[in-house]
Amino acid sequence: MTPLSPSHRPFRWRPDQQWEGYLFILPSFAGFLVFIVLAVVMSLGISFSEWGLTGFKNFAGLLNYRQLLRDPVFWQTFWNTAFYIVTIVPLQLALGLIMAVGLNQAIRGVTVYRLIYFMPVVTTIVAGAIVFRLLLATNGPVNNLLAAAFGLLGLPFSAPNWLGSSDFSKWSVVILTLWKNTGFTMVVYLAALQGVPKELYDAAHTDGANAWQRFRNVTLPLISPTTFFLFIFQMIGAFQLFTEPFVMTSGGPANSSLSVVQYIYLAAFRDIRMDKAAAMAWVLFIFIFAFTLFQNRMQKRWVHYESE
Amino acid sequence: MTTLSASPTRMSTPARVGLHALLLFFSTIMLAPFAVMFVVSLLPNTAFLARDFSPANFSLNNYIRTFEAVPFGRYYLNSVVVSVSVTTVQILISSLAAFAFARLRFRGREAIFLFYLATLMIPFPVTLIPNFLIIKNFGWYDTYLALIVPGLFSVFSTFLLRQYYRGIPLDFDEAARMDGASSLRIWWQIIVPLSGPVLATLAIFVFQGVWNDFLWPLVVTTSENMRTIPVGLAAFVGQYSTAWDLLMAGSVIALLPVLVIYVLGQKWFVQGIALSGMGGR
Repeated sequence: MTPLSPSHRPFRWRPDQQWEGYLFILPSFAGFLVFIVLAVVMSLGISFSEWGLTGFKNFAGLLNYRQLLRDPVFWQTFWNTAFYIVTIVPLQLALGLIMAVGLNQAIRGVTVYRLIYFMPVVTTIVAGAIVFRLLLATNGPVNNLLAAAFGLLGLPFSAPNWLGSSDFSKWSVVILTLWKNTGFTMVVYLAALQGVPKELYDAAHTDGANAWQRFRNVTLPLISPTTFFLFIFQMIGAFQLFTEPFVMTSGGPANSSLSVVQYIYLAAFRDIRMDKAAAMAWVLFIFIFAFTLFQNRMQKRWVHYESE
Repeated sequence: MTTLSASPTRMSTPARVGLHALLLFFSTIMLAPFAVMFVVSLLPNTAFLARDFSPANFSLNNYIRTFEAVPFGRYYLNSVVVSVSVTTVQILISSLAAFAFARLRFRGREAIFLFYLATLMIPFPVTLIPNFLIIKNFGWYDTYLALIVPGLFSVFSTFLLRQYYRGIPLDFDEAARMDGASSLRIWWQIIVPLSGPVLATLAIFVFQGVWNDFLWPLVVTTSENMRTIPVGLAAFVGQYSTAWDLLMAGSVIALLPVLVIYVLGQKWFVQGIALSGMGGR
């Protein structure tokens, strides 16, 4: 995703900087070797082993992976995570863009609005989840408001059990995540919008383009690299949801909101099946990698880079 | 002319009113959870459940009871110790490495850096289990070392600082070397001072991430005394699942300092987040 920009000067080896170079990177490299390189190798090894409470038992080949394929809960968590991705990512991009376009106008109070929209982003997600448990309780404020609104319209209303029914539990997680993260999308979009040259709008205006046409044909293509970045970033984030379902619904009821990472956590630290958990983590990685690669291929069709 | 125009142009009054209405609507949604949290934290549970919001019921009683039930002071101390040490040391270590990757000429530099980059894609769950085992093996389980040490090394921070350091003209180094300055001095007295703003935004970004981190401290701590604020708060939910009065007071206690710092330093927070977007450029 990140092209290495060419060095601003041809690389000349400086013998006197050889050992210095190593010394400067040593602290970073030592930690990198242990907590990333060793960890990745171990994780792969564990996923191909039988690994119990006491550690390594024996080599197991693809056993853990084959067990996963036959585990209905594992498939359920992948389905749940797919649901999170297809709801959270587009909704967040759309809402964040609407907010950003709104704040990119010549109006008063932009700083205050931005302060408010971004507030949930700095909030500890656990605290956010606690409040949404209250807001979404069966007799909670959200249902009270909905009941009042339906009443005004004269429609029948049966209060949804947001947290306690399989039909709505995933939506509770989606709602919390949107509240928490949309401000982030907004800030990144706002920075991109401010980078669009004003002359382009003036030119489009002179050519008789109306506001929607200017947005559609000038703004959207010019900010498409940002959309691409946010899309990938939010997708990877949605693949790895953990805290939101963990605190809000504990993954329930009947695993209906359990995320993949939550299942990895339970397998490793509740069932002490480190081997199964490691295998799941690798399957997750392969999915993330494949989707990112796919999107990277697809971007030629819709992402517009100015240098092209 | 209408709210849809994407550039800052003059708007007609109806369009402006409509836009403010929309933006206020979003503001209400974003703020309502905070408002509910605060109001409920001041009410006895019975009053809240009866939706009795008469001012006579309001008191700080829940806060006193929360502090009695849960060692929030200790959680705070843990969160501060962990976040401050991870942020400071991670940035120092990353800055040293970034300096070498960007400005020193040694063999293997590009290869090692590519190796770093290749690991940027690896998601956290992959390293979670082995790192837990490594920490246990070191005898660090349920200690500050477990909470801090793995966070001291960041490929992302190194990458970001390297990109920035490459933008500073190499002539500065050459001139300083003529005057007999060592590499360490060039790093500390030229490069670090020149990268003040990027270091500050990175610091906010890292601090925020560590402060709000949940999964890692959940996994490597077990005793109440080692919990950080998010983990302590989550355990609190487990104990008092519908004691809304105490839960909301606990949430306010957990959030208030962060929100105050955020409101005072909004600019830096927003830049810190926008910075993470630069990684994808």
